[in-house]
Amino acid sequence: MITGSQKPIKEIIGLVEPYQKILILGCGTCVETCFAGGEDEVAVLASALRLGFKKMARSIRIEEMTIERQCENEFIQEAAAGVARNDAVLSLACGAGVQALAKRFVKDVVLPGVNTTFIGIQERPGVFTGKCSGCGNCGLAVFGAICPLTRCAKKLLNGPCGGSQKGVCEVNPDTPCAWHLIIERLTALGQLDSLRTYIPPKNWNTSLSGGPRTLIREDHIL
Amino acid sequence: MKAFSRLHETLKRCEFAVTGECGPPRGANKEVIDKKIKLLNGFVDAVNVTDNQTAIVRMSSIAASAHLVAAGLEPVMQMVVRDRNRIAILSDIMGAYSLGIRNIPCLTGDHQKFGSQPDAMNVFDIDSMNLLRTVRNMRDTGKDMSGFDLDTAPQMFIGAAANPFADPFEYRVIRLAKKIDAGADFIQTQCIYNMDRFKEWIRLSREEGLTEKVYILGWVTPLRSAGMARYMKNKVAGMDIPDTIISRMDGVDKKDQAEEGIKICLETIQELRELKGVSWVHIMAIEWEEAVGKIVRQAGLK
Repeated sequence: MITGSQKPIKEIIGLVEPYQKILILGCGTCVETCFAGGEDEVAVLASALRLGFKKMARSIRIEEMTIERQCENEFIQEAAAGVARNDAVLSLACGAGVQALAKRFVKDVVLPGVNTTFIGIQERPGVFTGKCSGCGNCGLAVFGAICPLTRCAKKLLNGPCGGSQKGVCEVNPDTPCAWHLIIERLTALGQLDSLRTYIPPKNWNTSLSGGPRTLIREDHIL
Repeated sequence: MKAFSRLHETLKRCEFAVTGECGPPRGANKEVIDKKIKLLNGFVDAVNVTDNQTAIVRMSSIAASAHLVAAGLEPVMQMVVRDRNRIAILSDIMGAYSLGIRNIPCLTGDHQKFGSQPDAMNVFDIDSMNLLRTVRNMRDTGKDMSGFDLDTAPQMFIGAAANPFADPFEYRVIRLAKKIDAGADFIQTQCIYNMDRFKEWIRLSREEGLTEKVYILGWVTPLRSAGMARYMKNKVAGMDIPDTIISRMDGVDKKDQAEEGIKICLETIQELRELKGVSWVHIMAIEWEEAVGKIVRQAGLK
């Protein structure tokens, strides 16, 4: 999933302050799973904002709504009336959702309420870790299904670097060394020999380095 | 293979070589380099020049190395993949060669989190393994990474780093083999205080036939005080200082600790000279350059 975390309340107040009527729009998919922008988070944030503005002796009208997915037009459509009734939309979706809203509602102000963090998984309740950088050229087959481009701070293809100690990354003692994990896993699979092979420089053309990305499926174009 | 540098020549003659260290200054003052040159000249075969080590912004290793060349000292110019993409790296190597720089260790580089610019974007476009291969291919085929025939390709004596004290221990030998295969002619190691572990790593490397294929250096840094020993043990990534060393430093009077540090250093050098598979010693005296000449003389290296 795409993970995110809600922006600090102070920052959000600063974003919505210029407006009288706002719609807080939640997204019921990824950001709901990581507790950043689902229905519950919309309700809690709305209360916090009402309270905050009351303290500042300012009035603000807040409408709450959550749609299934802010990255798809058919769901976005459900929010059209709500968007029209308000001065601005505070989106609790990921960056893709925020931009999809802006594309659909050309004349409306759309504000981000969430910091999008990564493509990852829930490691254990409440703990999420980044697993994929969406580089567009997956090499997981070589690395025992552990991505060094996402999980090694140096993106090494032929790691580990000299800073790997006792299975821990030099950048953060709470982070396992991705290369240590790769070696452990390939050892368990009896495939460690595959790492003796030279892994050539990455072709970054499929990543953002190659320009903004578009995926075209001719067979699905109407 | 012909000799690509004076250091290479010395090693080919099977002479035990000795190198010193020149960390470029945090600024544009050439006098700092001149001072270090004065302290090292006559005592060492070559001088290692670091490339923005610990990710702290300094004078470039290319410029500092060029100053050394001009003074008649041979630089070992480190290059890290942290700060440049493949275009800048190749261009810098060509420039360095044109300035008379002949030794190049190809390294990953410390993560910028620990440096003076933790907010910087790191590059790591290619890793050190791929940099090695690139520099070797340039030298041996005359072509750059794109396959273009260069008008004079840099012909360098190529180095790589290996950390015998990092984990996972057994895999370090596999990675060393990979680096040799990628083009490493010599190997820079980490600071040696844990001699048992270093010897074990050399033994494993020897068993794989690797010590026959490269010149491996042993790196020593004299401890100036027990406090420094403790600091390095606890604060410097990748450093392995056994408690026996710490207690040995603690065991002497504060005023005699520097002398004890040099004694430990001389013992380490002696062990390295006797160790089959080690070709040279690198002496890095941190903020204590005047100790290098003393150590070189007392060890009978020059």
